[in-house]
Amino acid sequence: MSRLKGWKEIPIGGTIVEPGSSVEFDVSSWRTYRPLFDKKKCTKCGMCWIFCPEGAIKINDDGTYDVNLSYCKGCGICQRACAVKAITMVKEG
Amino acid sequence: MKRVGLSGNYAVAYAVKMADVDVVAAYPITPQTTIVEKLSEFVANGELEAEYINVESEHSAMSACVGASLTGARVFTATSSQGLAYMHEVLFMASGLRTPIVMANVNRALSAPLNIWNDHSDAMAERDAGWIQLWVTSAQEAFDATLEAFKIAEDVLLPVMVNLDGYILSHTYEPVVLPDESLVREFVPSRPLQNRVSPKFAYSIGVVGPPEAYYEMKYQVVDAIEKSRKKIKDVDKEFGDKFGREYNFVNEYMMEDADYALVTMGALTGTAKAVASGLRKEGEKVGVLSIRCFRPFPKEEIVALLGDLKGVGVVDRAVTPGGPSNPLFADIATTLYEKGRRPLLQSFVAGLGGRDVPVDDFKLMFGLVKDVVKEGKSRPCVYVGLRE
Repeated sequence: MSRLKGWKEIPIGGTIVEPGSSVEFDVSSWRTYRPLFDKKKCTKCGMCWIFCPEGAIKINDDGTYDVNLSYCKGCGICQRACAVKAITMVKEG
Repeated sequence: MKRVGLSGNYAVAYAVKMADVDVVAAYPITPQTTIVEKLSEFVANGELEAEYINVESEHSAMSACVGASLTGARVFTATSSQGLAYMHEVLFMASGLRTPIVMANVNRALSAPLNIWNDHSDAMAERDAGWIQLWVTSAQEAFDATLEAFKIAEDVLLPVMVNLDGYILSHTYEPVVLPDESLVREFVPSRPLQNRVSPKFAYSIGVVGPPEAYYEMKYQVVDAIEKSRKKIKDVDKEFGDKFGREYNFVNEYMMEDADYALVTMGALTGTAKAVASGLRKEGEKVGVLSIRCFRPFPKEEIVALLGDLKGVGVVDRAVTPGGPSNPLFADIATTLYEKGRRPLLQSFVAGLGGRDVPVDDFKLMFGLVKDVVKEGKSRPCVYVGLRE
């Protein structure tokens, strides 16, 4: 994550002038649990990708799924959505 | 230029019309109603080309103002008391989003008990909302301050609240000089402000400010209102040059060689001045200082004018129950303390809920200030005119 801007540098009025700036917003410290993906069980159905409210699930080259931990808040929705229980939530730290 | 008889409320409405506002969003409330009533008349008969939004509450009125202001429109609303309280959360958004809204607040007591008469508790409860607060003492000042408010607001990108006392100023007819509209337009030109919600930009407004960002964004408001002091001074100067009426952060009356003074806000100032003038004839060296700009607070002026006095009485028309003192007193005391100046300060509360504050009450206050100086120590807050 880049250096945080000071009060003189940020646009006034809480205005975000750069589109897509949320990609810089790292939420990894929010997490208590993180998802672990079992590629052997994965059927490539994409339900985790559909249900993730943060868009934190990425598609691997082989069609299976993984998580971008910068954007994962650890909510566990992907685990619930996975019909074949290929995702387990493990405690951080 | 013409001289006409206008109520304080109508004086505000005329100023808003002459400033050629684009949007008025308002909900009626006593004693403010005749401002927005007059404005709706101006819009209906074609004298003012503006969008007039009838809303179902003050919360919506201020919300509509914020939205409209973000499009770059010149925006006005008016309220009083419960209406201002109902706007409370949106007031902070207006300053945080840096929307230059101008609002007339016709000061009225807050319930309970239900009371439609004048005191300053409504505006005092919103003093930390990040709004510039101007306070007037006559219908002419209400007109002038409203015009100035648009210029100040749009230059510093902060909302401005023009406070006038309910009934005493809002419903009393006084002679008011209305300048030529062309002169007003020169002073507050209709200028397009930036449209921050145009589909031409990919701007996001009203975003979340997490702990990493909120502090910096809030400080921007602190910085802006501090820097507004210079702008307000410039606008006062320009107003004086153009219209011939001089304004400052404070109004001083017989302060040059005063030993004792009362500090007031709003319409109480008139009676205080009349009593001071009478006491001067009896040889008492008294003066009156009224605060015209409450936010930003006129720190330099307070220190310069009150710092060397023997005794100062501060008249609050609002209370801070359970607090160490009342709002105006607290600000005066803090300002002087910070600069190491120690005139004897005496706190007064007067005129809550529209209670009349007659000449005798001011005589009593001036007398008490002199007494406590003699005694060498101030008394606990004196609730003037309170029945036991």
